[in-house]
Amino acid sequence: MGSHEDRDGDTAPRRYSDTTLRVNGKPHTLSVDHRRVLLDVLREDLDLWGAKKGCDHGQCGACTVLVDGRRLNSCLLLAVALDGCEVTTVEGLAGDGEELHPLQRAFLDRDAFQCGYCTPGQICSALGAITEAAAGHPSRVTDPAAPSGEPVRLDKGEIRERLSGNLCRCGAYPRIVEAVEDVIP
Amino acid sequence: MASVPTVLGAPAERREGLEKVTGTARYAAEQPRPGRLFARPVPAAIARGRVTGVETAAALAVPGVRAVLTHENAPRLVEPDDATLAVLQDARVPHRGWFVALVVADTAEAARAGAAAVRVAYDAEDHDVTLTAAHPASYVPEEVGGGYPARAEHGEPEEVFGSSAVRVDVAYRVPPLHNHPMEPHASTAHWDGERLTVHTSSQGSTVVRATLAQLFGLPEERITVVAEHVGGGFGSKGTPRPDVVLAVMATRHTGRPVTVALPRRMLPAVVGHRAPTLHRIRLGAAPDGSLTSVLHEVTTHTSRVKEFVEQAAMPARVMYAAPHSRTLHRVVPLDVPSPSWMRAPGEAPGMYALESAMDELAGELGIDPVELRVLNEPDREPDSGKPFSSRHLVECLREGARRFGWSRRDPRPGSHREGPLLVGSGVAAATYPVQVSPSTAEARALPDGGFLVRVNATDIGTGARTVLAQVAADALGAPLDRVRIEVGSSDLPSAPLAGGSSGTASWGWSVHEACTRLTERLAVHAGPLPGDGISAHADTTGTADTDSPWARHAFGAHFAEVAVDTVTGEVRVRRLLGVYAAGHILNARTARSQFVGAMTMGLGMALTEGSTMDAAFGDFTEADLAAYHVPAHADVPEIEAHWIDEHDPHLNPMGSKGIGEIGIVGTPAAIGNAVHHATGSRLRELPLTPDRVLTALREGRTRGR
Amino acid sequence: MRTFDYVRATSVTEAADALATRPGARCLGGGTNLVDLMKLGVERPATLVDVSRLPLDTIEELPDGSLRVGATVRNSDLAAHPAVRYRWPALSQALLAGASGQLRNAATTGGNLLQRTRCPYFQDVTKPCNKREPGSGCGARDGVHRDHAVLGHSAHCIATHPSDMAVALSALDARVELYGAQGARSVAAAEFHRLPGDRPEQDTVIGPGEIVTGVLLPAATAGVPSAYRKARDRASYAFALASVAAVVRVGDGVVTRAGIAFGAVAHRPWRARRAEEALIGAAPTEAAFEHAVDLELSAAQPLRDNAYKVPLARALAVDVLTRLTAAART
Repeated sequence: MGSHEDRDGDTAPRRYSDTTLRVNGKPHTLSVDHRRVLLDVLREDLDLWGAKKGCDHGQCGACTVLVDGRRLNSCLLLAVALDGCEVTTVEGLAGDGEELHPLQRAFLDRDAFQCGYCTPGQICSALGAITEAAAGHPSRVTDPAAPSGEPVRLDKGEIRERLSGNLCRCGAYPRIVEAVEDVIP
Repeated sequence: MASVPTVLGAPAERREGLEKVTGTARYAAEQPRPGRLFARPVPAAIARGRVTGVETAAALAVPGVRAVLTHENAPRLVEPDDATLAVLQDARVPHRGWFVALVVADTAEAARAGAAAVRVAYDAEDHDVTLTAAHPASYVPEEVGGGYPARAEHGEPEEVFGSSAVRVDVAYRVPPLHNHPMEPHASTAHWDGERLTVHTSSQGSTVVRATLAQLFGLPEERITVVAEHVGGGFGSKGTPRPDVVLAVMATRHTGRPVTVALPRRMLPAVVGHRAPTLHRIRLGAAPDGSLTSVLHEVTTHTSRVKEFVEQAAMPARVMYAAPHSRTLHRVVPLDVPSPSWMRAPGEAPGMYALESAMDELAGELGIDPVELRVLNEPDREPDSGKPFSSRHLVECLREGARRFGWSRRDPRPGSHREGPLLVGSGVAAATYPVQVSPSTAEARALPDGGFLVRVNATDIGTGARTVLAQVAADALGAPLDRVRIEVGSSDLPSAPLAGGSSGTASWGWSVHEACTRLTERLAVHAGPLPGDGISAHADTTGTADTDSPWARHAFGAHFAEVAVDTVTGEVRVRRLLGVYAAGHILNARTARSQFVGAMTMGLGMALTEGSTMDAAFGDFTEADLAAYHVPAHADVPEIEAHWIDEHDPHLNPMGSKGIGEIGIVGTPAAIGNAVHHATGSRLRELPLTPDRVLTALREGRTRGR
Repeated sequence: MRTFDYVRATSVTEAADALATRPGARCLGGGTNLVDLMKLGVERPATLVDVSRLPLDTIEELPDGSLRVGATVRNSDLAAHPAVRYRWPALSQALLAGASGQLRNAATTGGNLLQRTRCPYFQDVTKPCNKREPGSGCGARDGVHRDHAVLGHSAHCIATHPSDMAVALSALDARVELYGAQGARSVAAAEFHRLPGDRPEQDTVIGPGEIVTGVLLPAATAGVPSAYRKARDRASYAFALASVAAVVRVGDGVVTRAGIAFGAVAHRPWRARRAEEALIGAAPTEAAFEHAVDLELSAAQPLRDNAYKVPLARALAVDVLTRLTAAART
């Protein structure tokens, strides 16, 4: 990470830093305002508008993306702190030559959205949740006696709990749960 | 042509679905242009008074800040019909959160820093934001939301109620509620020479264009308003909100493209809310259960900016046969943010109260609550005396009861215990009026054999594109995939907004008519089509808006099963089921999503959603999505939505009634009634949060001793 | 949000130095609360010292049976760690009851401890708040305070601490490890957060320039039955209205060890020492639990609109204690 002084002069604190991110497989080096969060970098700087700004405070999940494979609220991540990270957004989910990731297809098949504003976040969050369950991470509703390290089977209750950080005001929840069930291995 | 099967009713996939699941659907703030600026409003920090000075030097010194607009330098507006849009026009502060400045900057970060640096001096006045039923300033308005009279009275309701054999006299309270669509209100505006283009998150861009033309003194022909994708509205984007006015002001002031994306926390104060309603309901009945008198009196608040009266006593004019009745609205103007539409305004809170009271009456009478409703089914609309164009409430109740397994229910409250859980079930009826407005549309047959239909409908998540294409294909006798549809721009044939569950009926009527005309023209056309095809235009003014001799409403029945945790007072819905009679259902797939979505919002209204007006400061305490609890995944169980086929020739060419709102209407009462059945405690104030439920359970235990 | 300098620390000493020498410096962990508060203008750091990549991201089982959790271990990883799940289950349950999957993936152990209250008056810079702006008054005391404290509040502040995790740490006798210019030290988790008194701006006993380096879960509570339960307004993704963490051991028909802490009722996780004392040596009956919890909650001073918290906390505690000791009664 490099840094440079800003225009206020030598004694003023630095306000920008160079940050390198890999986004959907492509490297980007940007001089970012320290205040800028990943969500705004994706949208304003990289023209990736899939991650949505629903609350800007980690209270709705519409901005969810995968950072180094983990689902996070991009509205609360200062971009300057992510130097060297790998970011995957809804735009980067489909494999090479595929039009859609299977979960995106399932959302279409199940009509798992209405206005669509929470949808990219729901999809990224669901993929993160599926990975977490496969790695044996428990949720609040997982049987406490379940063995450690073994995959957690995602029934409807597990999916609901694990996706609760993604609000949907249109009320597509039951269809979203079905779409996730469709792609669970 | 007859060989093409009808596609009306088919579960066609959403036309914009691919864009939404891949993240390429663009919303109003997602319109980058070279030189685009970002503007952030500064909300007033007092509840009532005047701005005496705005110190902008510090804000202008923030790197990246380009301008600060205040009432002293903002462009002057022609006085709007909707006074909430008269932003930055004078020093008055009518409520906390009213915008008093706008900071325009190169980036959103700079705009935020600039807004924090604006210093506003006020001359504060005493304020009153507390609604009470006995408030001395309350009055009966001339009319209420929807244009209905505030009062309707038949017979001698007081006297007859007083002498009725069985009486219920109860008070309910519904708190302020917030729409909170997932996309906060946002607008991006720019000029191309003399031409203004605005992308805005709105339920109807034709209305936005007309409003901007009026406010800024511009001819409508020079304005394009686009609302291609809209992240929900639920009433709060029905008409323009201050964001679009500010965006146009800022772009006019700076000459640059400007985006105003309202922060979530500002929404409660400036985009409208469902006003709190205080209900007094009196139901008188004969021992056989037939209603003798129905009185529903509502007190609500409005702001000092404009009068908006939640029409919560309206459903009592529609629902039940009673020879004597009174429905009455009172309103108290307070120093509060302006209320506005929220999904099923009037019906949602009104039916919560009425249907809860019906449940109480059923208990008093010892009559099954389904049967009580059936036996009070009216022959004609009680208030107007008009015949119903169609009314299948009884069928909804019967079908719902069958599917839900209602007959297996032990009617005794508190009769079903599972360890620490008390389990109960409840029922409520729902109604929503049929509304329709005139619209225009154009249909064009293209030389390649395809069709293009153009109408300024708005798809706020309802699936308008999809269902209108179905309407068109049906009228054209064409395969669905040959019909292309354009919506979401004021450059298209003008159309009313997506609101009042009237969108599909209004737009669909004009689409149907344009397509029917086009079919007629094609039938007499010989030879190949010209290069730009052949088109037909329709305008349903004079047909869609004629007074109907029929009382036209959709009906439904809601059933809920809940589990109440006696340790914590937490209520969880286990099952929710709705059956609707809403005319011809035009797309089974998107219709189901709308019904289920509205029931989910009703679940929130029952259990989790409530806002508090802070008496000292004059704002809503639950200002963000951490504090205002819209239901999360974990709150929402399997939800079933069914409908019965209804053939009603008195509606529109599609035979449809609106479906976007009725799902919320009966849900809160069904859940509240289920909580009563589970616990034996009747809570009369929403939402049914653990504090209230636990307190009621404890009081119930004390009483039981 | 005002502009700030950014420093990424590569060692604990470097972080502590930066924190001590740069005026207005704050530590950045997962950022889930700090960035939120910076956007609101509540936190206005001149420098952010990024500690999220310090080598404090491990969970280490120590020879004496205790568990050292690094300060930058993420909440989701801590909750999933087998030692935590099976030996200190109250901690795993508390973590999983908090926030959302996304937030737990970001939030760190140290940051969770240092998060600020969600009092709406604290979060709104246009309103008085003694915690945010000492001397400005308390908007909540006569305002909207359904979510506020019933125990240990003062005329200056009625805020609650929002953490679920910290409640479990308190009950489990965990210790918070700190490092600063004076070197390393540790304090009991139950003593880490303060009561507001007349200095509500001070949430914890952390000193100027000190950073949290980790948390130690003691061998003494390892494997002792423990649980966490919380009540809230929605089924997930909501702060507690009240919560309880309890660890209790029964031997020879009597309670031999008890740790009980309440969440969302006070300015800190409320360690129920009086209740614990009353239970030691008592038979693990529901009546004994009720009696003990009532002793503790007799100190409650509910406000106009939050009296429900007392019976709610009582019911939660009796329920959790009864369940934890069910096996011992049969």
